[in-house]
Amino acid sequence: MQLRRLEPAFAGHDVAYLTTDAGHRDEVAPRRFYTVADGNRSNKLALLRSLLKIVWVLARERPEVVVSTGAAPGYLAMRVAKLMRARTVWIDSVANVEELSLSGRMAASQVDLCLTQWPHLAGDSVRYEGAVL
Amino acid sequence: MIFVTVGTQLPFDRLIATVDAWAATRPDADVFAQIGPSPLTPRHLRHAAFVDPAECRARMAEADAVVAHAGMGTILGALELGKPLLILPRRAALGEHRNDHQVATAQRFADRRGVRVAFTESDLVGELEGLDELEAHERLGPFASERLIGALRTFLDGAPVAAPRG
Repeated sequence: MQLRRLEPAFAGHDVAYLTTDAGHRDEVAPRRFYTVADGNRSNKLALLRSLLKIVWVLARERPEVVVSTGAAPGYLAMRVAKLMRARTVWIDSVANVEELSLSGRMAASQVDLCLTQWPHLAGDSVRYEGAVL
Repeated sequence: MIFVTVGTQLPFDRLIATVDAWAATRPDADVFAQIGPSPLTPRHLRHAAFVDPAECRARMAEADAVVAHAGMGTILGALELGKPLLILPRRAALGEHRNDHQVATAQRFADRRGVRVAFTESDLVGELEGLDELEAHERLGPFASERLIGALRTFLDGAPVAAPRG
């Protein structure tokens, strides 16, 4: 949902989407579309499965830039992308009003550009550049 | 029609049970509820555990008002369609989410035109009674702010994004 609102930023670029909900396929067609299980910290096996899928997708797509709005699978994608020397952007969800998400705090030191969608959460490694609404 | 949605990740029985009990007192109310992975069987609502994103959007477009958890996808969807929106945030203390970010989200949207926030079940019933008077609001445009799109474009084009403003 939040990534779709960023679509004009991707105009002229070759884009593939990776998300946790297969139902979004039609919204982004004809862009290439992949799904990954929505693991979190409390389900290590699901996270491992997500990681394997992310590695497979990124190895296949060889992206120059990876953009994520979260959460746990997004953080894993940032780490894998960095190992593959892709540039990375974390856009913390607009839902995180009081503090950056845990995955966002972990991603902040790892990514090339880390954005919050709330001005009061900007800091040394986290920038505010507007929001999805 | 009132469209109730709790998103796909977690049940939110407090919302569904409260709306169900309210609907029992209002036999003329037409309510469809997407109740998520819940053992609950509402008795006074049409309901489904899940609807796919396209159906969710269609039902929202059709609805006179949306009643929901404070999930960002739901909020953005209702704002894009200009639908009156009544929110009950999930609370961590009641096991409804991992933390209280929905309470903070709801507070941030409480001042927005066309949005009402309930923090308790009795608030929710009061707001449901007033739902008819809640005006449809101006639709939110389909895309993020120009500033955010510009910052992202700049990064994608390979240039460093300018130093923080303000």
